[in-house]
Amino acid sequence: MNINATLLVQALSFAALIWFTVSFVWPMLTDAIDDRNKRIADGLAAAEKGRQALELSSRQAEEALKEARARAAEILAQADKRATEMIEQAKNQARDEGAREKIAAKAEIDQEYARAREQLREHVAALAVAGAEKILRREVDAKAHGDLLSAIRQQI
Amino acid sequence: MAAGTDLTPSSYIAHHLTNLRVTFGEGGFWTLNVDTIVMGWLMGIIGIGTFWLVARTATRGVPGRFQGFIELIVEFVDNTIKDVFPGSRKFLAPLALTIFVWVFMMNAMDLVPIDWVAMIMHGLGFSAWKAVPTTDINTTFGMSWSVFFLVIFFSFKAKGVGGYLHELFTAPFGSNPILWIPNLVLNIVELLAKPISLGMRLFGNMYAGELVFMLLGLLASVAALTIGGLAAGAASLVLTWAWAVFHILIILLQAFIFMVLAAVYIAMAHEHH
Repeated sequence: MNINATLLVQALSFAALIWFTVSFVWPMLTDAIDDRNKRIADGLAAAEKGRQALELSSRQAEEALKEARARAAEILAQADKRATEMIEQAKNQARDEGAREKIAAKAEIDQEYARAREQLREHVAALAVAGAEKILRREVDAKAHGDLLSAIRQQI
Repeated sequence: MAAGTDLTPSSYIAHHLTNLRVTFGEGGFWTLNVDTIVMGWLMGIIGIGTFWLVARTATRGVPGRFQGFIELIVEFVDNTIKDVFPGSRKFLAPLALTIFVWVFMMNAMDLVPIDWVAMIMHGLGFSAWKAVPTTDINTTFGMSWSVFFLVIFFSFKAKGVGGYLHELFTAPFGSNPILWIPNLVLNIVELLAKPISLGMRLFGNMYAGELVFMLLGLLASVAALTIGGLAAGAASLVLTWAWAVFHILIILLQAFIFMVLAAVYIAMAHEHH
């Protein structure tokens, strides 16, 4: 135990070391550590944000997909309906057309029939008049009985 | 192995406890223990210098292993001080780091076999050389009285001159004028007890540890080519090794205790009674 001037020197050395550490060592190291801590925290926050964004967008995508699927189904159903409608319409149209054609044909047939009958009647009438003429040639004056004959022709 | 022609156990121990002295003034005080000062500087430069080198090139990105180790120590000290002192750690934490690193480095010299040091230094022509600065009470008191003055400084800084003087006279018993003197006496005793206990604890631990190494070394010195001598040599070897392993704990622990107590004393200086 001999205290001497070494004590003062060691105290000064201690002070110098403290000064050096306070000024040059500690701030740089803690700065580096704090900076890194902040970076890590930022990175984690960014990752969390990214994860949330991913979740959100995937949910949105799913929703959009669901909507699109529903729309597609709706369109499909509409198209189906429209096709049925069109087929029905075409059928109706065809039926109508057929009916109309049938009526027209019938009318034509009727017309043809009436004309044929008229021709036939006229032939028969002419034949009858000719027959009557032959019978009556001898006693009937054509001029005198012309009016009568034409009336008969009309009647047949 | 050491200097001197007749080597006795007491001269061996006495020699290893002798500092290399340079006297430059009247009386016993104006003497410098050159070995203590040189080893102290060397350890300070190596210890704090290592931290400085790492701090200078410290990356903010992914740190290497060595930087990680240094940062581990820094954060350990920082957290320790955070537990002790709630205020700004701009000064107290680096102070604690300085104490921890420097004391640890100086203590660690204890693990260098004393006879190797003696042999090398004798070879260089020095008559004595104590390698462990903390076994010199000048080092431990130099540090602990520095802490004492920091305590006084921070007491005045935190409480003001009037506030601190008021506290010295009125705490802990009360502000009755009759109690002023007892208060002051108690406070002075309390104040002085801090640096003395702080310095003596470290000095005592390291001095005793060094002494045990010397005694175990003495045991080896009786080793001769006899059965008893070989047994003594083997015992010395084993015991020195075991004590060195135990000493790793002690040097770390003493550095830590010195650091924490210094921080606690300075933190207490900020507290108002």
